[in-house]
Amino acid sequence: MTIQDFPSRRDDPAARKFGTFSYLPPLTTEQVKRQVEYMIAKGWACGIEHVEPSRAADTYWYMWKLPLFGETDAAAVLSEVELCHSAHPSDHVRLIGYDAKRQTQGLAIVVHRGVV
Amino acid sequence: MTITTAPQAYSAGVQDYAITYWDPSYQPKDTDLLACFKIVAQQGVPRQEAAAAVAAESSTGTWTTVWTDLLTDLDHYKGRAYRIEDVPGDPTAFYAFVAYPLDLFEEGSVVNVLTSLVGNVFGFKAIRSLRLEDIRFPLAFVLGCGGPPNGIVVERDRMDKYGRPMLGCTIKPKLGLSAKNYGRAVYECLRGGLDFTKDDENINSQPFMRWRDRFENVAQAVKDAEAETGERKGHYLNVTSGTVEDMFERAEFAKELGMRIIMHDYLTAGFSANTSLANWCRKNGMLLHIHRAMHAVLDRNPYHGIHFRVLTKCLRLSGGDHLHSGTVVGKLEGDRQATLGWIDLMRESYIPEDRSRGIFFDQDFGHMPGVFPVASGGIHVWHIPALVSIFGDDSVLQFGGGTLGHPWGNAAGATANRVALEASVRARNEGVAIEQEARSVLSEAAAHSPELAIAMETWKEVKFEYDVVDKLDTN
Repeated sequence: MTIQDFPSRRDDPAARKFGTFSYLPPLTTEQVKRQVEYMIAKGWACGIEHVEPSRAADTYWYMWKLPLFGETDAAAVLSEVELCHSAHPSDHVRLIGYDAKRQTQGLAIVVHRGVV
Repeated sequence: MTITTAPQAYSAGVQDYAITYWDPSYQPKDTDLLACFKIVAQQGVPRQEAAAAVAAESSTGTWTTVWTDLLTDLDHYKGRAYRIEDVPGDPTAFYAFVAYPLDLFEEGSVVNVLTSLVGNVFGFKAIRSLRLEDIRFPLAFVLGCGGPPNGIVVERDRMDKYGRPMLGCTIKPKLGLSAKNYGRAVYECLRGGLDFTKDDENINSQPFMRWRDRFENVAQAVKDAEAETGERKGHYLNVTSGTVEDMFERAEFAKELGMRIIMHDYLTAGFSANTSLANWCRKNGMLLHIHRAMHAVLDRNPYHGIHFRVLTKCLRLSGGDHLHSGTVVGKLEGDRQATLGWIDLMRESYIPEDRSRGIFFDQDFGHMPGVFPVASGGIHVWHIPALVSIFGDDSVLQFGGGTLGHPWGNAAGATANRVALEASVRARNEGVAIEQEARSVLSEAAAHSPELAIAMETWKEVKFEYDVVDKLDTN
């Protein structure tokens, strides 16, 4: 293949990335579910955050309710993600695995991209 | 008056070291600093005498008895050789274990520890060769050291990177670019999806690119890439200099430019400079990347020098947030089990003795933060599944040629690496054995990424399959 131009511009919202897995095609519901199962198997608490796209770079997004402490059903986590998404359809929605032992986020992935 | 112990008489002359410094009945204390040396003695020197000589010369002893020995309590201050072991598979050498009382070392100074343990004793005539294999730093010593200025958890928060290794790239050619062209190379890498770029260790402030010009251009590149991608980025600005004053001047300017991370070479610049810089970073909220030029001079010969696991522990105590660890799979030396051993020493709080990984002692780092191992040197997209398996998430994977050598340029090279990395992590989380399934994991990802497809085609034949020189001692 001949040399390709790199298609990224600051004025194109599609150039904006969102951390882990944002260089892959958007995850399907089934793929998100497997990541949730991974987080649950690790003993992490799943949490959901959302924010309007203009604030995407901020450290603190809006927390959706509280992290789902003790929830071991991946389907229940996914339905909570969908509740957040329907309540804030133009927002970015992020799914987080809180690793309490190491006091860090074991995983954080944007599962819905907001409308820009 | 009752005399409880007979006063000692002074007798000049030369004694066998073993009389004073070999004590197989000694039970090491929790506060002792323990060391394991690999010794090849000169012909005719008994093992116990050689071990005792090392203990003596690295602690209180000298070649002859001196009257001032009797003015102090040498039994309290002396190092003791307390155990001797065969080296598996090697009848020429043996391991000597030495215990040193904590009082022999200034608090918080790895410099002082090394000056004793790897000082004059390494030139000692009765010894053919000597290698410091491991040190057990007692927790009481560890907690007197500053350690990493930030540590893994804090760096993840500062960089906003979770759930995957971070990606870097050393800018090449390593010498000769102008500051503006250099900044271009940085910008292209970062906009393509890398988290970090890195100054080559040889870059300080040469006539072709003075440090200040480099810092300004790199800062612009980092800011532009952040604005374009919306992700946080960093470039390891090398502040290693000929003087400590220059080092701090460069560090201050990096901070003034709003940069997140600087870099230092801890062996060529020295531990005092490194510890001071780590303290400055802690105080100023800067991340510190540590390069290890000169390490192979010290650690590659299996019979003489200092093992890298010791240099690793010393760096963690002196301070650094990243440390180069070798890759196992790339162009540079590194046995897999031994590497797993020293990356544990960088990251974990408590590392138990494990001879299969070359760990001779239990090591407790208490609450001291961990250091990110950095895998760099001759690696490319095909290696990524193996690297994710070996290093796990808390690592930085650095592709120099493996980014810049992409046929479409740095940005495409960076994207190829990022896609390969994310695909590997996603598959691993789904339970795929990614090292074994590397080809299918990468091929599937390349179906959605022409950048990755071309990278896989470019480097499909490149392997580095030489035998390792410094192997773990086994039968």
